[in-house]
Amino acid sequence: MFYRQAGIRHRSYVSENKLFPIPADRNILWFLLALGVLAPFLIDSLYLNSYILPWLIWSAAALGLNLVTGWAGQLHLGYAAVMAVGAYSAVHAARFGVPWEFALLIAGFSSALIGSVFAFAAMRVKGLYLALTTLAMQFVMDWVLSHVPAITGGSHASLQAPTFKLLGQPITSDAGLYYVAFGWCVLVTIFILNMRRTGLGRALVAVREKDYAAAILGVNSFYYKIIAFATSSFIGGISGAILVATFFFLASPEQFSVTVSIQVLAMVIVGGLASIIGSYFGVALILLMPGIANSLFTLLADFSGLQFSPETLAHIPNAVYGALIVIFLMVEPLGLGKIYSNIRDYLLVWPFDQIKK
Amino acid sequence: MDLIFLAELSVNGALTGLLYSLFAIGLVLVYKSSSVPNLAQGGLTMLGAYVVLAFSIQLGLPLWLAIPIAVVLMFFVGLGIERVALRRLAGRPIVMILMMTLGLDIFIRGSTLAVWGGTSRPMGLGISYDPFFLGPLLLSRVNMVGAAVSIALFIAFLFFFRSRLGIRLRAISDDYTASWSVGISVERGVGLSWALACVVAVATGVIWGEIQGVDQSLSLLLLKGLTVAVLGGLDSIIGAIVAGILLGVIENVGSAYLDPLVGGGSRELLVAIVLIVTVMVRPHGLFGRHDIERV
Repeated sequence: MFYRQAGIRHRSYVSENKLFPIPADRNILWFLLALGVLAPFLIDSLYLNSYILPWLIWSAAALGLNLVTGWAGQLHLGYAAVMAVGAYSAVHAARFGVPWEFALLIAGFSSALIGSVFAFAAMRVKGLYLALTTLAMQFVMDWVLSHVPAITGGSHASLQAPTFKLLGQPITSDAGLYYVAFGWCVLVTIFILNMRRTGLGRALVAVREKDYAAAILGVNSFYYKIIAFATSSFIGGISGAILVATFFFLASPEQFSVTVSIQVLAMVIVGGLASIIGSYFGVALILLMPGIANSLFTLLADFSGLQFSPETLAHIPNAVYGALIVIFLMVEPLGLGKIYSNIRDYLLVWPFDQIKK
Repeated sequence: MDLIFLAELSVNGALTGLLYSLFAIGLVLVYKSSSVPNLAQGGLTMLGAYVVLAFSIQLGLPLWLAIPIAVVLMFFVGLGIERVALRRLAGRPIVMILMMTLGLDIFIRGSTLAVWGGTSRPMGLGISYDPFFLGPLLLSRVNMVGAAVSIALFIAFLFFFRSRLGIRLRAISDDYTASWSVGISVERGVGLSWALACVVAVATGVIWGEIQGVDQSLSLLLLKGLTVAVLGGLDSIIGAIVAGILLGVIENVGSAYLDPLVGGGSRELLVAIVLIVTVMVRPHGLFGRHDIERV
């Protein structure tokens, strides 16, 4: 049902290598793209800019982390540090008078540079130890951000981002900012979608499965680890810069602290490793659910007449956020992307159920 | 800097370091038996301290009664965590297990604060805050008590790992499959190690709560505890003790010299750098077992 395979016969390698062999997948994507383009006309601008816009930017960032953690299999607990490098270099460049287009590129390349430093840890160790090293590097970056006034303007200061401009046009309207985020998210998604079909994507997967084995097959695992870290940092840096330019409007150290690193990793894992649609689901869940749970809780409190202290209400979102991670890892460790693909697999052969386990 | 000042910094650093060891023992216990990095230990420490306070303040029990009750309660919390959350993740990639413990940490912290609130409150052990004079050196009494508890726990675990139950845990840490095949219940062993980690968390929570007050900053010990555990070798309890002393001295002496240069707050930086250097130079730590990987 829906995902019809009738009449799909490959007669050449090119057609077999198509991005979407099943028309339904392609049609769904076109539909979602149209929905994204039309969103400013369909959704109230308050919801558009306070929910949809951060969701799209964080999805782009999560896809970047998924590249290094999901596809290349390298644990990365310092992603927020990389995003911070991008955000601060873009804001500084823009304040210096560099046009935003180039400021974003500077953000990407400086993040890629710092992000490659993380890759040197990946050369020496992997698995748990790599996670701990990147975590320590995140702490070093937190310390640098809060102790070097030249970068951040001091520990509790925030840096105002200049008005976002593209091609000399200042972009201030809600719809305009949304389209910037949407455009970036689409770009990243197209890149990751196609990466699976390239030699780079296959090499990364080989490194993930077993780096020694990949090396024996002639895949230079060190080289591809650096590539993975640099590419994902490039994406993360620009995402951080766009986040500051279109959503926060100012950069401060606590936007990129260690908790944010953990949050992005949670998005990726709850979404599903190496799953593109899963990254979107994971970000939506982790970013939006605590707020929804909080308003539900407040509603419940009003409804039942129970009194909760403001302190309790303040900490409920955190508890819900932690509980979500735990519950989703318990119910479906392969993530929301896996749930989607289970449904798709079921519909693929409906009304028969040959592939049921 | 004169020699006496340096000695005082070192001794106080070593005492504080032993308190980090206390935290690290909780990590080592779980890692030793199941190769699971217990990143929830920060949240558990906080929970332990709050549970003790709940019995001593809200129910009005004396502390000598409240602490054992909290220990028993937390023992079962540990068993529950293993049963509910970690057992079904056995054999999964490390990234999911890591995320599970991080999620547990966030959940425990969030719900503890939601229940009891975040204002800092004293533990009230009744240890005098007057410094203790050892010759020309000024030492903190609370830290000395904490260090003693740390050493006592270390000795207790030394004997425990020689008992029948402890030998079972060591067998489990050596090889899951082989332990199953000789009839050791691996699940129960891993559960026990989580329970013991939770008991250690109560001790850590009480001592650190006495030093800095019971609030959410207790969970920030995680970075230091992790560093101590990694420096000592993740599966070595004696390593945790030695590395704790080492890190405490490095941190205390180093920050005394570095703080005037960088404008304060160099402790976290030093700890993070020690962690990075350890992993880069000697990933298995001072006393840890060096695993060989096969393709």
